[in-house]
Amino acid sequence: MSEAHPSGLPCYRVLPAGDTALTIELGEGIDRRISALVLALTRRLNERLLRGVVETLPTLRSLTVYYDPLVLPAKSLLAHIEELMCGLEMAEQIGRSWALPVCYDPSLAFDLEDVAARSGLAPGQVIERHSGITYHVYMLGFLPGQAYMGDVPAELALQRREIPRQRIPPGSLAIATTMTCIFPLETPCGWHVIGRSPVALWQTRPRPHALLAPGDEVTFRPVSLREYESLLARAAESAPRVASDSPAGAAA
Amino acid sequence: MNAALRVLSPGLVTTLQDLGRPGYARLGIPGGGALDPVALRAANALAGNPQDAGALEVTYAGPALAIDAQSARLAFAGADAAIEILSGMDATCGRTVETMRSVRVQRGQIVRIGPLIRSALLYIAVEGGFEVEPVLGSVSTYLRGGFGGWQGRALVAGDRLPLRLDSVREHEEQRLEGLDLAVPTRLRVIDGPQIDYFSSEEIAAFFSSEYTVCAADRMGMRLHGRALRHSRSFDIASDGTAPGSIQISGSGQPIVLLADRQTTGGSPKIATVVSADLPALGRIPIGCKIGFERVTIETAEVLRRALFAEIDGISSGIVGLGAGIAERATDLLRCNLISGVVDACI
Repeated sequence: MSEAHPSGLPCYRVLPAGDTALTIELGEGIDRRISALVLALTRRLNERLLRGVVETLPTLRSLTVYYDPLVLPAKSLLAHIEELMCGLEMAEQIGRSWALPVCYDPSLAFDLEDVAARSGLAPGQVIERHSGITYHVYMLGFLPGQAYMGDVPAELALQRREIPRQRIPPGSLAIATTMTCIFPLETPCGWHVIGRSPVALWQTRPRPHALLAPGDEVTFRPVSLREYESLLARAAESAPRVASDSPAGAAA
Repeated sequence: MNAALRVLSPGLVTTLQDLGRPGYARLGIPGGGALDPVALRAANALAGNPQDAGALEVTYAGPALAIDAQSARLAFAGADAAIEILSGMDATCGRTVETMRSVRVQRGQIVRIGPLIRSALLYIAVEGGFEVEPVLGSVSTYLRGGFGGWQGRALVAGDRLPLRLDSVREHEEQRLEGLDLAVPTRLRVIDGPQIDYFSSEEIAAFFSSEYTVCAADRMGMRLHGRALRHSRSFDIASDGTAPGSIQISGSGQPIVLLADRQTTGGSPKIATVVSADLPALGRIPIGCKIGFERVTIETAEVLRRALFAEIDGISSGIVGLGAGIAERATDLLRCNLISGVVDACI
């Protein structure tokens, strides 16, 4: 099931995720040093352009490699991984820095009061704590363009809601455990919603595009409800017009 | 030129799918594509298309489609179903055709497909294919992301799906022999990445139990049966999922992830369905009972080779339909005996 690295280099475990994927787990907890190793390994593996590697997916503390075992047997893939692990160093800061406007107005922050009560803080203090630090983008997952950002201050680190919400609106800013997310699409959600952002983290037009990438740094800039609404309106205006329904080749 | 298939009724969830768009999991986008890629390939081969072309994926209940083209050739692969070709909107009785064959239809005719029998999936390919722009290299519909396929959604009544060809040549229709698209009762799996979250008793219970499919969509299949206790937490630090990943959520019941899975997940994964069984997995309808058989990764690779051999054999299984007279006789019988009766079995 798992293999420890024989030398003193970073320990890792190999977890089969089926016969066409395997997950290289680089640590136990969630922290930025492990994330930096994951991103470094991802980059080095991608640089090899191995025939038979379909794609790579870096997550909180591991890298999942999707491959075709009939082109690249697992043994060969693991030999490459072992080579890459030798001398693997944390990725130098390669990410971009973002300041994303978010609105913590109670009309958008369904769980702000509840989070405040659970953490023994006033709502204003929750906002202060949440917007007072710089977050690291660990991974994209769950929904297109959805960035998992950490680490949420310890006093705001809550377990997920016992009863998930049936749906939360796109742009919802939420927290659970040590992570904070802006949910790019309407979705059912077990996280605590504490605000909303007018920024589209995911766009399908004119072409599919995710704003954030693993390794990026993010700060949140609190804005008023009025500013949120005007930013949202501006975003809608500048968004490319929805293409006509009749495809190009079949115009009447 | 404005050839199209016009949707009179959409069926339950009918979407355009091809072999998917691997390569974007790092953005949160699953590979997607046909739940049963073998049947998709078969339908395309019967229609004379490249096997990876886009085709309609029909689930449970079929659509009714009007032909807005001089002529078109449709091909069906997957579940058995009552497939009727009606001469027009007012016709009550038409000729019937079988799954696993092609048929040429003319302007104004209506192709009406009843409930699917035993299997959850049927594919309809059209000779020449649909005139739809690929998104990220694929025409597959990704419902949750709202993009790809036909306007990023399932078909609704009134849609006109543009066709590349306004007419097709007359020639002998084709049927496909020797391809097994049966619904399985057992799925082969290999140990999952978090199998160590379960005790040996719970693992043994998982492999000896029968589970009932109680809900399913393109993202996953919810099972019900012996609940499994986690010996560690039921939350893990989210990691990558794969099609066929079997998650055990907090309730202890398994969820099998399918083509449109969430790319990452925070539930322990006890096992993964082998890649060779994924096409068959998609066919399993709600209400069916399934069990899991533990195999090694080496066996999984042997099975994968066998699946590719089966796929390579599709084109050589295509033969002329022949027997035109027998076919007309069946049509007459059906008209006389059961016209107007709706098949409602699944």
